[in-house]
Amino acid sequence: MASKRSLRRKKFNKYKDSLKFAFYCCTHPIDGYWDLTHEKRGTMAVANTILFATVLMRILSLKYTSFIFIDINWEETNILLYIGTIVFPLALWVVGNWALTTLADGKGKLGQVYMATCYGMLPYPIVQLFLMIFSNGVTVDEAGFYTTVGTITLVYCAILIIVAMGQIHEYRAGKNLLFTLFSIFAVLVEVFILLLFFSMISQGIAYIVSLVKEMLFRI
Amino acid sequence: MKKKFTKVIALALCTMLFAAVPFSVSAHADSSYTYNYDYWGEFTDSPDAYAVGAVITAADLGLETNFSKPQSVAVFNDIVYVSDTGNNRIVLLERVGETKFKVIKEVTEITGTEINTFNGPTDVAVSEDGNIFVADKGNKRILKLDSNWNYLMQFDKPDDASLADNSENFDFAPSKIVVDTAERVYCVGDNVNKGLIKYENDGTFSGFVGATPVTYNFWDWFWKHFASQEQIEKMANFVPTQYDNLYMDNEGFIYVVTSKPTEEDIKSEAATVVRKLNLLGNDILVRNGSYAIYGDLYMGTGGKKTGPSRFCDITTLYNDIYICLDRNRGRLFGYDDQGHLVFAFGGTGNMDGYFNSAVSIDHIGTDLLVLDENDGAITLFVTTEYGRLIYDAVDQFDLGEYDKAENSWRKVMELNGNYDLAYIGIGRSLLRQKKYEEAMEYFKLKHDAENYSKAFKQYRKQWVEDHIVVIVVVILILFLVPMGIGRLKRVKHEIDTADIFQL
Repeated sequence: MASKRSLRRKKFNKYKDSLKFAFYCCTHPIDGYWDLTHEKRGTMAVANTILFATVLMRILSLKYTSFIFIDINWEETNILLYIGTIVFPLALWVVGNWALTTLADGKGKLGQVYMATCYGMLPYPIVQLFLMIFSNGVTVDEAGFYTTVGTITLVYCAILIIVAMGQIHEYRAGKNLLFTLFSIFAVLVEVFILLLFFSMISQGIAYIVSLVKEMLFRI
Repeated sequence: MKKKFTKVIALALCTMLFAAVPFSVSAHADSSYTYNYDYWGEFTDSPDAYAVGAVITAADLGLETNFSKPQSVAVFNDIVYVSDTGNNRIVLLERVGETKFKVIKEVTEITGTEINTFNGPTDVAVSEDGNIFVADKGNKRILKLDSNWNYLMQFDKPDDASLADNSENFDFAPSKIVVDTAERVYCVGDNVNKGLIKYENDGTFSGFVGATPVTYNFWDWFWKHFASQEQIEKMANFVPTQYDNLYMDNEGFIYVVTSKPTEEDIKSEAATVVRKLNLLGNDILVRNGSYAIYGDLYMGTGGKKTGPSRFCDITTLYNDIYICLDRNRGRLFGYDDQGHLVFAFGGTGNMDGYFNSAVSIDHIGTDLLVLDENDGAITLFVTTEYGRLIYDAVDQFDLGEYDKAENSWRKVMELNGNYDLAYIGIGRSLLRQKKYEEAMEYFKLKHDAENYSKAFKQYRKQWVEDHIVVIVVVILILFLVPMGIGRLKRVKHEIDTADIFQL
C-alpha cells in the first residue's frame, strides 16, 4: 500500500518536474529540447496538458475576449469543429514530420515529435490568457498591442517548434529548416490524400445508396 | 411484418428527400415587405417605414394620353416634373392633398428657338433662380429655359477630343442632369465612361467629374509583360465608371449611382455603386456600416431575378438619409449618413408598392415618389409611425436633444426589436448624456466596436479617477509584499546561520 502511494507520489513529482522543465524549454530551447528526449525529462502527460491548455484557451478566448477583437456568431459556431482546427493540423504536422524524418536519419519517434511540438506550443496559452484579460481593458485605438503581441507569440511558438524538431531529430540548422519546409509540404500532401479518400468514400456510399434505392423501387 | 418494413423504408426515404431540398428556397417566402440586415448580414423582418399613399397614373390626373416610357420624376420647389419621354412632353404636378396631385401644366412646346419641341426628354432640373433645364436627349442638347419655358440657351455635345477619339460616331445623348447654385450643369451621358460631363454656366464644357481613379496594381503590371495583345485587351478592366443617375443634395454634393459593375466586383467591394462627389469629384461617401452599400446582400436567383441590386436613381432627404432605387428587383434602400441601412422595401409585381420597371425616385419632404416606366405610374410613399419615429430620432440627435433622441429610439425599438440602428442610436444618445456604462451595453449588443470604444474610454477614465486610492494601494501592496517577504527570508536565513545560535 505504502509503495503504491510512493509510486504515485514519484509520478506526480516527475510530472511536476517536467512541467517546470517545459517553462525552461521556452527560454532555453536548444539546451531544453535536447534534454527533452535524450535525458527523458519530458513526459507525455505534460504534452497532453499543454495541448489541453491550448485548446481550452482558444475556447475561453472566444467567450471572454472583448468583442472588439474576437466577434463570433455563436449560432454558427461549432466548438467541436473549432477544436478540430487546432488538433487536426497538429496531427497532420506530427505524422508528416515523423514520416519524412524517419526516412532521413531523424532520431525522433512519433510520440517524441508530438511531445516536442506540444512543448513548443507552451507560450501560446500563457500569453493568450493575459491577452484575454488585457483585451477587456482597451479600446479599438489601442488594439495594436493585442494583435502585435498575439503575432509575436505565434512566431515565437513556431521558432520553438522548429528548434525542437532539430534537437530531437539531431539535425543541423540547415537540414532542420529544409525538413521543416518538407514537413509543411507533407501536410499539404496529407490533406490532398484525405480529401481524395473522403470523396472516394462518399462516392462509394452514394453508389450503394442509389443501388439500394433502385432495388427498393423495383421490389 | 413486411408491410411494416416497407413503411419504415418509405419514411426513411421521405426524410432523405426532404433533407435534400435546400432550405434556402423558402428563406424569403414569408418575409415582410420592409426588411433590414443585422450585423451578421442576416435578413431580418421589419415594420414598414413607408406605406403606399397613392399610385398615380395619367388617367388619375385627368390627362388625355397615358404616360409613355416616362424616364424621370423630379421635384423642385414642391412642383413635380415628370419627363414623359415617349410623348415628348413634360408634365408638371402639384400636391393638393395628402395623397392627391393636380396637373399644373403640360409642356410640349417651347418658344424662342428653331426646334421648339422636345424629342424624348429624359430629365428636368431647376436652378435656384428658377430657370428650367431639360435633358432633350433625342435632340442631343440640354436646354436652358426661363420659368415661362422661353429658350435661353443650350448645351451641346462637349467639344472634347477625348470623346471623338472614343468612337467616331459618338452620339451625344444627355440623359440625366443636375444644376448647381451657379447654374453649372452636370450631366450623365449615355456611353460616356469618364464620369459626369460638366458645363460652366456659359455653356462651355469644362471637363469630366468623378471618374473612378484608375487603379493599377502590381499583378496587372506583372502580367502585362507576359500577356499577348489580345489578352491585354481582355484584361482591360480600367474602364472607368459609366454613371446611371445623379442627385444634388442641398449642400451641393452630388450623389451618383451606377449599375454597370459586375456582380463579382460589387461583392468583393472592388467597385462602388453609390458615391457622393465633392466639388473636386472625389468620393466622400461615409461607409461605416457593417456591410458595403450595394443594396441586397444576397444576389441569388429568385422570382426570375438574379444578380445584385442595380441602382438606377438616388435621392437624398434633408437629414442626409439617401434612398437608392433598385431597378432589378424594384426595391428601395435607405442609408443614413454613416452608411447604415435604415430600411429596405419593395419588390417586383403588380400590387401597390411593387414595381415592374422602376426608373426614377425623388422626394417631397420625407415622402417618396417612385416612377415606373412600364406601368406609367408614380407611386407615392408616405412615412408610417415607425418611419417618422426614425426620422424624429435622427433629427433630435442632430439638434443635440439627446434625451429626446434616446426616447424616440426606444420607441423605435419597441416597434422593431431586431433593429440594430435603434440600439446604436440609444447607445449614441446615452453616450452624449454621459451614461457610459449603459451606452457600452447597447453598443456591445450590436457589435459596434467604434462607439463601444468611445464609451469605454470615458468609462475607464471615470473608473480610474474614482478608484485612484485603491489602485495606488494595490500597486504598493504588490511591490511591498514581495519585498517584505524577501527581507523576512533574509533575516531568517541570517538567524539560522548566525554563529551565536550554533550550539
